[in-house]
Amino acid sequence: MLSLIVSEGKDLTKEEKQRLRKEKKQQKKIKEKKDDKASQENEKEKKPVTSAAPASQPPTQPTPTKTKAELKAERRARQEAERASKQTKKGETGQQAATSKPKAPPSDLQPVVKRLPEHIQVDNPDVLKKLAKKLERQQIPLRSDYGYKVSLFSHLHQYSRKAPLTQQLSIPSTVIHPAIVRLGLQYSHGIVAGSNARSVALLHAFKQVIRDYTTPQNEELSRDLVNKLKPYISFLNQCRPLSASMGNAIKYIKKEISNIPSNCKEDEAKNKLLNCIESYINEKIILAGVAIAKCAIEKQKISDGDVILVYGCSSLVNHILCKAFEKNRKFRVIVVDSRPRLEGKEALRRLVQKGISCTYVLISAVSYILPEVSKVFLGAHALLANGYVMSRVGTSQIALVAKAFNVPVLVCCETYKFCDRVQTDSFVSNELDDPDDLIVTRKGTTPLEGWENESSLGLLNLVYDVTPPDFVDLVITELGMIPCTSVPVVLRVKNVDQ
Amino acid sequence: MELQAVLMAAGGGSRMTDLTYNTPKAMLPVGNKPLMWYPLNLLEKVGFEEVIVITTKEVQKAMSTDLKIKDVKMKLDVVSIQEDGDMGTADALRHIQPKIKTDILVLSCDLITDVALHEVVDLFRAHNATMAMLMSKAHEFTETVPGQKGKKKTAEQRDFVGVDKSGKRLLFMANEADLEDGLSIRKSIMRKHPRMLIKTGLVDAHLYCLKKAVVDFLTENKSISSIRGELVPYLVRKQFSKTVNSQKLKDDTDDQTQEKNDGPLLISSRDEPLLQLAQERSCWNDHRGDMSEAYHGGKLRCYVHIMDQGLCCRVNTLAAYIEVNRLAPKLFEEPSVHPSADISERCQMGSDSIIGAVCHIADKTSIKRSTIGNFTTVKEKVKVTNSIIMHGVTIEEGCNIQGSVICSNAVIGRGADLKYCLVGNGQHIEPEGKREGELSYQTEQPN
Repeated sequence: MLSLIVSEGKDLTKEEKQRLRKEKKQQKKIKEKKDDKASQENEKEKKPVTSAAPASQPPTQPTPTKTKAELKAERRARQEAERASKQTKKGETGQQAATSKPKAPPSDLQPVVKRLPEHIQVDNPDVLKKLAKKLERQQIPLRSDYGYKVSLFSHLHQYSRKAPLTQQLSIPSTVIHPAIVRLGLQYSHGIVAGSNARSVALLHAFKQVIRDYTTPQNEELSRDLVNKLKPYISFLNQCRPLSASMGNAIKYIKKEISNIPSNCKEDEAKNKLLNCIESYINEKIILAGVAIAKCAIEKQKISDGDVILVYGCSSLVNHILCKAFEKNRKFRVIVVDSRPRLEGKEALRRLVQKGISCTYVLISAVSYILPEVSKVFLGAHALLANGYVMSRVGTSQIALVAKAFNVPVLVCCETYKFCDRVQTDSFVSNELDDPDDLIVTRKGTTPLEGWENESSLGLLNLVYDVTPPDFVDLVITELGMIPCTSVPVVLRVKNVDQ
Repeated sequence: MELQAVLMAAGGGSRMTDLTYNTPKAMLPVGNKPLMWYPLNLLEKVGFEEVIVITTKEVQKAMSTDLKIKDVKMKLDVVSIQEDGDMGTADALRHIQPKIKTDILVLSCDLITDVALHEVVDLFRAHNATMAMLMSKAHEFTETVPGQKGKKKTAEQRDFVGVDKSGKRLLFMANEADLEDGLSIRKSIMRKHPRMLIKTGLVDAHLYCLKKAVVDFLTENKSISSIRGELVPYLVRKQFSKTVNSQKLKDDTDDQTQEKNDGPLLISSRDEPLLQLAQERSCWNDHRGDMSEAYHGGKLRCYVHIMDQGLCCRVNTLAAYIEVNRLAPKLFEEPSVHPSADISERCQMGSDSIIGAVCHIADKTSIKRSTIGNFTTVKEKVKVTNSIIMHGVTIEEGCNIQGSVICSNAVIGRGADLKYCLVGNGQHIEPEGKREGELSYQTEQPN
């Protein structure tokens, strides 16, 4: 019964959307009539739904932005009316069920319907077709998937490093700015890896794009530049899926570009944008790192005699440890590493170069080494809106074992990496790296050499995993030390600011 | 714009004077297309729209009349230089420096290859390299060359190429001629790259991606005249020189003068601090096992892409010319017989032969594994095997031509028997003449 209603609801929403577009033109004439009719039904059905309540209330505050909410409310009211009338046509049982379960159909929250992003629907041929069309329009080549995908992850892309996207591009690249092609190559080869590095490199490339940009005739910089950036972003996405930090940086730039007044001269506008980018990097990455290090050191999170465990190579955690060492704290570090990336070796190099005494283990030894550890410092790729920490694969295991040993786990993360996605497992949205990276040659033999020919063998090279907030004791950001569950608060505060 | 293409077509073909004393090297026919058409085609396929062609006036004139070159859709910006042969490839680059606005891709007109060009350019882009070049494993030439007694070739000076264990980074390059006392490798290189592979069986394809800063550097250093002979070894050595890597340059007065010369080479891009920051924050390193950062902190990097499959041939000797005539037509799927050729039905033609435009092939002829040029006339009862016949040649009845190269406008008299010969431009071979292993190119008679 419930499923039938849900499907009906979905069908209706699509049709309603189409009808809505036509009706917008007739809005002003029939507006009042529909308002009256809708408000009665509104009160009946909207009461039990608390989350939708604030938007559907007729606005009483005299702020100018509320007119948007008014229109939204009217639109939703109209949809309710249409749906109600349709349901009366189809039968009373349907209507009764609808009124008794107002929360169930997603059409209740229709104005905030979220479409699933393309990159986690790879096994859906319609979505792939749409993507191919979009890329064709933007003149970006489509990168084809490689190798057999493990069935649990068949909804994600899996690319091979040996088939770079540049194979299908013309050599003096005309469609895509050369700085972006270089960046895409560096992403797909792994030369620029790590959340902060990728964002900084992205903003650097955007600076070059903006410098070389000239507004065409009869176009406005604020609109045309954003359109110019869209194919570049698709290209970078094809080279390697965008990280949360990159996504936030792109949102910021797009906002800055669209906020440029139309009477601004091109040079002035470009200078303004370049300065915006510089200040974003300065504030959100460099100064945030300094603030986090200061916070961690002064609040005695790193004290003398500590044994600190770090995993992989996080630029922020390395920075904190180096700063703490400079301030003459006596501690030692245990670096935990994992295949196939072996990023821990790079972290080890940086720490030892500073003079910090380090131990190096592989992740399989983590439960043996944990009794010695007093604190665990982890870096993050992104912090999700429900408090989960998305980081390099293996982090959740470390946090789990640390929790079992009652060792405090501290996550260090700048606020620009906070993202309003919600995820509770590592399957739904992840990144699949090149499976050939797992192949290793020892003493002249390569056991996995012909893995593609084995029909029952699949290689899986995951990049990220999510750690639940129960395992994380503290998150150190530049706004201070917050518990994991306060991430949505920070996000809301940020959104209000903007 | 990302890259500008520069085609060097002014070379004289000094190692195959038998062929080039009359026809400039760039216009030698290979598979009935002029030699310089092949690199131009490679550039066009990959997506270039403009090429700067550096050549002599003679070649420029020949280019304007050649049909195949007119077919090329790219815009050819022809720069002609003096023919006296004093100008090296680097001198030519210096000459066109005002036209160079971005990084360049330098090609030689005698390169015939089907390499995926993005492999070389990707190395150049991804690692922000100063130079990226193409090399290929050398293949033995199997065909007998006219004028050579037996298979013994004069031992050509070998090139010693040192690459790191990934096979991409170029660490060492020297020619045997420069290594009289033996091969010496600097300790600094060994410290940074403890594993080096030294290869000798490689052919340099003369395809280089160079940064714009290198061209500016050439304008300041007028002593460098050849790209391959001087500039490339210099750049490879400079990767590990102290002045490039050390931070303190003020103390050393000797190094200061050198520093001035190297200044343009190390010009950093704008927003260098941002690039530095990105590299610092990135958890990638090109090597493991020592304490240095990625690329050992070196700003000058040279990369090489070594092709092991596919065709990559430089046509600078007669042997290479013959080999390439055999292989080049297989790169393209064009009909082996030109539609305008008039071939009689009783002619036996092998499938790997190529007949050019407006040819007349008479009855009872047998053509196997050969290339026949445009406007050629082959009369009855002629046997042509394993040979290259260029344009405008007349072969009278009853001739037997085997393993030979007949240059343009030659006339082979009736009943002649040529084995492994080279007949020069406009030469006449007398009827019933029997030649074996001879090169006849002395022109004393006017045509």
